[in-house]
Amino acid sequence: MELRKSYFADVRKDDLHEIGQPRPRSDSPGHVTGKTAFFADRNFPGTLHLKMVRSPHHHARIRSIDTSEAERHPGVVKVLTAKDVPHNVYTILILIQIGPEDETVLADGKVRWKGEPVVAVLAETERAAQEAAAKVKIDYEVLPAVFDMEEALKPGAPLVNEYHGQNYYLYDSGECRKVRFGDVEAGFASADHVLEQSYQSSPIEHAPTETTGCVVAPEGNDRFTCYTNTQAMFFTLDNASIILQMPGNKLHFVGGTVGGGFGGKVDVIVEPIAILGAKLTGRPVSFIYSREEEMQISSPRAAEKVVIKDGVMKDGRIVARKVTGYTDAGAYSRHSPYGAQKGAGHYPGPYTIPNVWIDTYCVYTNRTPSSAMRGFGVTIGDFALEVQMDKLARLIGMDPLEFRFINAYRDGDMKAHRQPTEGAALIECMQEASRAANWPVAEKFMAMSSYVKGA
Amino acid sequence: MAKVPVQFTLNGSEKAEFIDSGTTLLHALRDKIGDTSPKGGCHQGTCGACSVIIDGELRLSCLTLAETCNGAAISTTSGLSEGGVLHPLQRAFLDTFATQCGFCTPGMIMAAKMLLDHTPNPSRDEVVEALSGNICRCTGYEPIIQAVLTAARSNSQNAA
Repeated sequence: MELRKSYFADVRKDDLHEIGQPRPRSDSPGHVTGKTAFFADRNFPGTLHLKMVRSPHHHARIRSIDTSEAERHPGVVKVLTAKDVPHNVYTILILIQIGPEDETVLADGKVRWKGEPVVAVLAETERAAQEAAAKVKIDYEVLPAVFDMEEALKPGAPLVNEYHGQNYYLYDSGECRKVRFGDVEAGFASADHVLEQSYQSSPIEHAPTETTGCVVAPEGNDRFTCYTNTQAMFFTLDNASIILQMPGNKLHFVGGTVGGGFGGKVDVIVEPIAILGAKLTGRPVSFIYSREEEMQISSPRAAEKVVIKDGVMKDGRIVARKVTGYTDAGAYSRHSPYGAQKGAGHYPGPYTIPNVWIDTYCVYTNRTPSSAMRGFGVTIGDFALEVQMDKLARLIGMDPLEFRFINAYRDGDMKAHRQPTEGAALIECMQEASRAANWPVAEKFMAMSSYVKGA
Repeated sequence: MAKVPVQFTLNGSEKAEFIDSGTTLLHALRDKIGDTSPKGGCHQGTCGACSVIIDGELRLSCLTLAETCNGAAISTTSGLSEGGVLHPLQRAFLDTFATQCGFCTPGMIMAAKMLLDHTPNPSRDEVVEALSGNICRCTGYEPIIQAVLTAARSNSQNAA
């Protein structure tokens, strides 16, 4: 596609000489020769293999755990339970003061999702670890579970996570993140049409080709080197330091080479327990998810539900928008309170709407904990609100692209969450899309600008 | 457990190891012999990241028992460049931005080499078919297809 340098030419200093030109990537020579070192390419003599015993129930009390038979299995070196983890209850975002700590490294007294880690087995071979894991006896009392967000929010629903005390994340603004701008009810009252629609999505797994994992080597100086494919190196280091109650200078993290992440490798899941295993055995430890674990255990993108109510005028102006968003965190917070909050700021979309009301809930259910994935918190919202835009255009009999020009945000417009718009380029993108897709719009829209007043 | 001996050539050099019976070729190559260019993405023969060439055939090393490779000639991506000079496929993958995370790349290159060894001037459809057993979850398939076609063109130019 031709690159039109005319856009923003008067406000841009560069000449865009890189864009459109192929440039070799700095990491490509390693990739094409097979020399790039992924974490699993690190081999240490005497490495132990870690396998996790996982909950077969969505929600259950743990009555007892018997590891004696597993410990006697040939090749088993160490079996770890909750009591072995120095600071077992954690939450990733505590580093940026988003608490409470609500997740266990190894389940303690209760499991809240099917697949939750309960016991870690370390053995000389992968096979021995797997066989021993099958010999761990856990007595469960199965509890009622809740899988639907709206059910979870009803009074009397099973309580998923006691660390929260209710099935939603308590923001400083209350039970949901709120955006209030203008008078949304007055907006609906003045609108020619009002359209309310509901949109839902399922969890989505990133399915990276390289599964989640790490290899930990104890060093002679009482330090531990952790080779990992985390996408969140320093988050992982700092959380490992908290969980292990070990100063950060004892931990050396090596990574940055990730065989596909897409947001699926930002949780702190494999490293702390592998480092603990290396500390307690004095041996290198490898903890690598199987393909099954990657698909079933690693956190997916959250399921979401978005209810959008819009008031629109016959001339194409959206005069009011009310959104209620639900993000399914699963059993634990991980990054979801942040994702739901992002949605709150995002739901007006790249459009200037004078009256906005938004509530977004981060809901706990007995489903696999969800977390980051490419634009989490806004991607599903974008799907919902752009489908809604098409429906609104159809409702008033207007071309969907022209409808978006009428509502597009422009520099200086105040957004609903009180950030003035700067550096908008939606109009120019749509002008180019109109040409590229051969979808003509009226000349007055092709003459508009995101930043020139009066254009 | 009793060990069994295996002996084969890897990228032209003799290798001999004692392994546990039932060890996959992928495991033997990566953890015993130290060639980590084949990758383990699924260990169930679906992703293609472990692809190697055994006696002129493209094989999944995660589904191949090492002990069945006695006397075989095995090629992997780590053995493709000669004297620091990249193979035309490696050069093409580099030049056409056909790598992203790089995890599928060694397997892709093996599958592509297998194609070009038998079909020096493949059609686009033949390239797609040849790579159909290899997953690139970064979904950079188009540059990969272009890389293979580019390598085929450079091969035929060199031959001419």
